[in-house]
Amino acid sequence: MKHLLSASDLTREDAVRILDTAEELLGVAQRPIKKLPTLRGRTVVNLFFEDSTRTRISFEAAAKRLSADVINFSAKGSSASKGEGLKDTALTLQAMGADAVVVRHGASGAPHRLAHAQWTRGAVVNAGDGTHEHPTQALLDAFTMRRHLAGGGAGPATGTDLAGKRVTIVGDVLHSRVARSNARLLHTLGAEVTLVAPPTLLPVGVDTWPVRTSYDLDAAVEKSDAVMMLRVQRERMNASYFPSEREYSRRFGLDRARMDRMPAHGIVMHPGPMNRGMEISADVADSDRSVIVEQVTNGVAVRMAVLYLLLGGAQQSNEGTA
Amino acid sequence: MTDHLLRRARPLGGDPVDLLLSDGLIAAIGPDLDAPGATVVDAEGLIALPGLVDLHTHLREPGREDAETVLTGTQSAARGGFTCVHAMANTSPVADTAGVVEQVWRLGREGGFCDVQPVGAVTVGLAGERLAELGAMADSAAGVRVFSDDGICVSDAVLMRRALEYVKAFDGVVAQHAQEPRLTEGAQMNESALSGELGLVGWPAVAEEAIIARDVLLAEHVGSRLHVCHLSTRGSVEIVRWAKSRGIDVTAEVTPHHLLLTDDLVRSYDPIYKVNPPLRSADDVAAVREGLADGTIDIVATDHAPHPMEDKECEFAAAAFGMIGLETALPIVQQTMVDTGALTWEQVAQVLSARPARIGRVEGHGRPLAVGEPANVVLHDPDATHTVVPGDTASLSRNTPYAGIELPGRVVATFLRGTPTVLSGELTEGVHA
Repeated sequence: MKHLLSASDLTREDAVRILDTAEELLGVAQRPIKKLPTLRGRTVVNLFFEDSTRTRISFEAAAKRLSADVINFSAKGSSASKGEGLKDTALTLQAMGADAVVVRHGASGAPHRLAHAQWTRGAVVNAGDGTHEHPTQALLDAFTMRRHLAGGGAGPATGTDLAGKRVTIVGDVLHSRVARSNARLLHTLGAEVTLVAPPTLLPVGVDTWPVRTSYDLDAAVEKSDAVMMLRVQRERMNASYFPSEREYSRRFGLDRARMDRMPAHGIVMHPGPMNRGMEISADVADSDRSVIVEQVTNGVAVRMAVLYLLLGGAQQSNEGTA
Repeated sequence: MTDHLLRRARPLGGDPVDLLLSDGLIAAIGPDLDAPGATVVDAEGLIALPGLVDLHTHLREPGREDAETVLTGTQSAARGGFTCVHAMANTSPVADTAGVVEQVWRLGREGGFCDVQPVGAVTVGLAGERLAELGAMADSAAGVRVFSDDGICVSDAVLMRRALEYVKAFDGVVAQHAQEPRLTEGAQMNESALSGELGLVGWPAVAEEAIIARDVLLAEHVGSRLHVCHLSTRGSVEIVRWAKSRGIDVTAEVTPHHLLLTDDLVRSYDPIYKVNPPLRSADDVAAVREGLADGTIDIVATDHAPHPMEDKECEFAAAAFGMIGLETALPIVQQTMVDTGALTWEQVAQVLSARPARIGRVEGHGRPLAVGEPANVVLHDPDATHTVVPGDTASLSRNTPYAGIELPGRVVATFLRGTPTVLSGELTEGVHA
């Protein structure tokens, strides 16, 4: 694996290896000295064309705990807004000797261009591109699900996947890179994925995805081992995707009453940041079923595993899967 | 003026015969012609077609001379076998006045490689708010007959109706870029399962088809002729077929790239494949080929759209729409239509020369290869093949989607009123009377 651009780059074996590696690395966070020497002397650039404090600090913490040198490159204003273009930025990073580039970009496919236009030789990790994909988010979600749902729900469950687990993803699938990456990765790991959204927020061609779709959240929650709520962007609210915030919330929001219909072991997830009171009520977000804060913790471990396997463990991993 | 004797050319793919070009006209056609003093061009095995006419070219001048000029664009056209191109109006300033269209027309004449017939904007500044002075452009030296806001759709139904009606006074035609604007806000590629997967905003077929349906009904209602630019979907073909069956005076064009390429190329996120209307599905490609073969689609037009590299070497969403295409048009028509048996060379002469000239009301182009007709002739070698190299073009731009692809056929010579603009596959000095 040279790059991580899409969840579909990963085979089941790749994904399980990342989750297992993350499981080992999670222990580092519990130690008094949270640092491994693995990537000493390697340079990881966080190239963020879009603001995303949480994802950036998660990758930064991951790289630093592996002793990599981290450069944060906030390149707000892409070529679209006549700032420095993607190509020149990539050439600059190449000249600086970046071993890995973690890229967040508002344009779908920008990491793909970075990886394949031969402007840079470093490994490219997609940290979220437009409405396309966010593969490390899907990995940390899968990691969190595996800890809670697989192997009896008692922790690591190393070596296993999510076979037969029922995951419901709710909300703005059309514009969600989190939903795209999760649908693919969870399918690869054997989970049964159901997307629940108003018809306006499901993409054309969703019938070709390896998922089920539904407009009925009440029916879906009853059969869900995990329910993942997606953030509804403010700008969607005035674009006729749904009549009003309140109607959306009534039909597609997760409140206490809906949560109570989930199976006893079911968990509630959200990639953050949340709109409390819109797609998720405050008492659900703060309930015992909620694993939202844990997702953040797991994010660091999963990103450590990805950087480790791309940079440190590249020799052992499968060639050509990306 | 030097006479040229085209020895053993095959007019419209027929039997070999000699053609003598003299004083700007086809002076004689026959076996073993004797023409003392004439330059002999060995045309053994070459197909002679009337000089090609493009109804849809972006020459970028005035305003974007970094992408193309009238001179370089017409040189590229000559290399592609064209003797007349229609220059689209979306320049800067917009070709919405008699002054701008006359400037573009004159630049074409001065260049001497290909006649330039300017297209006038339908609305002032392409803003879609009020009609440009269509009559002034029609009456200018450029004699504009085709009006288009191409790049932008005349989406306002009343304005479209008025334009269709108004141009009747001078036998003009409105060439519509059919794109419902609200259905295509931010659109990047064909809307399909693939656009959903790639996370690129979709450009749905219905946005094209809805406008074409409306426009053919408007044209019927007001009794005007309508031309549909670059139609790209099966539904569009069906609507135009229906309209023609009702006797509506509509013509339609398809681009070479919509005859050949499909939207799965966008999977690479390479903006070289970003074009408007977008590349469509394989089923749509089959439908436009059928439409061209059965005459539903009247012509092939290039939509040659040069852009500097920096507008293509970037993120897909940030990139400009468009592909160059003058020099690859005839090879692609050969590959997709002739070599597949869908069109004869005689029909190629119709779709790439006679009909576009007729739609544009251009005198002296798109005429038969007959004695006494203007000597606008292209010699094409159908047995040659070549691999497309982006830099190997007279265009200032390199945004060809065919890099590395092998295409059949090669333009060997192009004659504009009897004078070669291309000879032995190379540009000449042009026509300087």
